[in-house]
Amino acid sequence: MDKQKITVERVKTVAKLARLNLNDAEISQFSAQLSDILQYIEKLNQLDTAGIEPLAHCLPVSNCLRDDIIKPSLGTEKTLSNAPDSDGQFFIVPKILDESGNL
Amino acid sequence: MQILKLTCKNLRDKIAAGEIKSINAVSAVFEQIEKNDAKIGAYISTFKEQSFAKAKEVDEKIAAQKPVGALAGVPIAIKDNMCSTFGATTCGSKILQNFHSPYDATAVEKLLAADAVIVGKTNLDEFAMGSSTENSGIKQTVNPLDYSRVPGGSSGGSAAAVAAEMCFAALGSDTGGSIRQPAGFCGIAGLKPTYGRVSRYGLVAYGSSLDQIGPLTKNVEDCALILNVIAGHDEKDSTSIDEKIAPVQDWLATVNTKPQNFKIAVVPELFKGADSEVVAAVKNAIEFYKKNGAEIIEISMPHFDYAIATYYLIATAEASSNLARYDGVHYGHRSKNANDYIEVYSKSRDEGFGPEVKRRIMLGTYALSSGYYDAYYLKALKARNLIRGDFTAAFAKADYIIMPTSPTTAFKIGEKTNDPLQMYLSDIYTIAVNLAGVPAISVPCGNDNNLPIGLQIIAPAFEEAKLLQIARLFEISRP
Repeated sequence: MDKQKITVERVKTVAKLARLNLNDAEISQFSAQLSDILQYIEKLNQLDTAGIEPLAHCLPVSNCLRDDIIKPSLGTEKTLSNAPDSDGQFFIVPKILDESGNL
Repeated sequence: MQILKLTCKNLRDKIAAGEIKSINAVSAVFEQIEKNDAKIGAYISTFKEQSFAKAKEVDEKIAAQKPVGALAGVPIAIKDNMCSTFGATTCGSKILQNFHSPYDATAVEKLLAADAVIVGKTNLDEFAMGSSTENSGIKQTVNPLDYSRVPGGSSGGSAAAVAAEMCFAALGSDTGGSIRQPAGFCGIAGLKPTYGRVSRYGLVAYGSSLDQIGPLTKNVEDCALILNVIAGHDEKDSTSIDEKIAPVQDWLATVNTKPQNFKIAVVPELFKGADSEVVAAVKNAIEFYKKNGAEIIEISMPHFDYAIATYYLIATAEASSNLARYDGVHYGHRSKNANDYIEVYSKSRDEGFGPEVKRRIMLGTYALSSGYYDAYYLKALKARNLIRGDFTAAFAKADYIIMPTSPTTAFKIGEKTNDPLQMYLSDIYTIAVNLAGVPAISVPCGNDNNLPIGLQIIAPAFEEAKLLQIARLFEISRP
């Protein structure tokens, strides 16, 4: 049995996708724990799901649309009230492009 | 008279009749909190000044014979994953420790409109991810009946606050059992309404296709009263059900109606995984119903056993997407050690999230990632359809399904923290209900070594009236 369902390398890739700056200890711990969990989840392979539709939610409704009417929104002040950094008009973030305009 | 012993409904009636002043109820609650909550740890925040002001306002209205709401003057707690314009909304996470919501959740707005006194916000597993409240990034909550044990989770603070008489009712949220299991562990009633019954607007999202707000209360009648207040369509939540499809009812008016000619389904294979005392208590409850006119039928739910695997793919996939919003830019924690914009994301998230939240984001991101999507996420959505099919088949034969709420009574603090999979498996009986979107309630049905055992009753979608009636029947007349 393939005990290590998810390798350390794969954990690092997933952490990058999830934008989590994990340290080495966390990576090795998650690799072991996620392997255990995925091992358990393998039991789904016993299920024959051929011809079964995926079910995303259980409500007897779809495409809930409202009339296209403009309503009051939060406004700038409230929207920025929890921002870690702002100038009162915009969220402030570190520079994204370098001098030559590259990411 | 001991005010704290009253149920929510009794207190409501007495305040409305002028027999008790709200200010006395609020004062009794805060005395209780000040006496016991340092040990129990149910509350993340309390609002003493605001509560006394609201109580005074209600008392004055009643003295002047002005109309008041359905919960006028009653001290109520809310789980700290519901947005409120008063206090912080931490979600039990360091990443939101200083977050002050610019708006109220719809359920909170409805409580306030009903003139309830919101006394505080309760502890939870971070982002409602857990079964013991041990994953809170803020504090530890203990079971009020035995301080060495967990209160259950994730609505552990709400359950503990009700059980320890530090409020008269509380709101929780239930994604995989987070209302029912702590209600069971703390010996109170807890209702997970049908998905779509209560607006999720302002409930911090975890697994959006599963999350549902509901009451934790001293008894079933109080569940009906609170549901009356919080249920209903909300244009701000497109998944809250259209009232043409499922009208809001007066559940309090019908809760004491005795159900007639009802059939209960039991699933014998599901009893195998539970402690013998738990099985015995649930079987006693089934006997009780038999004596009260129920026809008991045995059924099989062949896909039930796949519910945990299915849930931990769907819930984590949804969580990994929902929690992408914590970016250190718009609100929440921002790392002071970030050197570029990528590090603003990755370091803020690393510093702000606790281990279980990271684990679930990782699992969900993996299940959705290229090359794994079909094998994990899509497979889980198909399994979900099969699991719902088990419920549909069961409800074609019976009005209710009965099983334990949890396989054990409240476990020891620390007992399962090192093994996440063992913690997940403790939700075996509650999780499938969320996947199927149907309503379920947990009511106390016995004790094992002085620890309460929860009885779980499940009904078809939007049949809360029937569900509350059968639960109430057990509560008022069980031996």
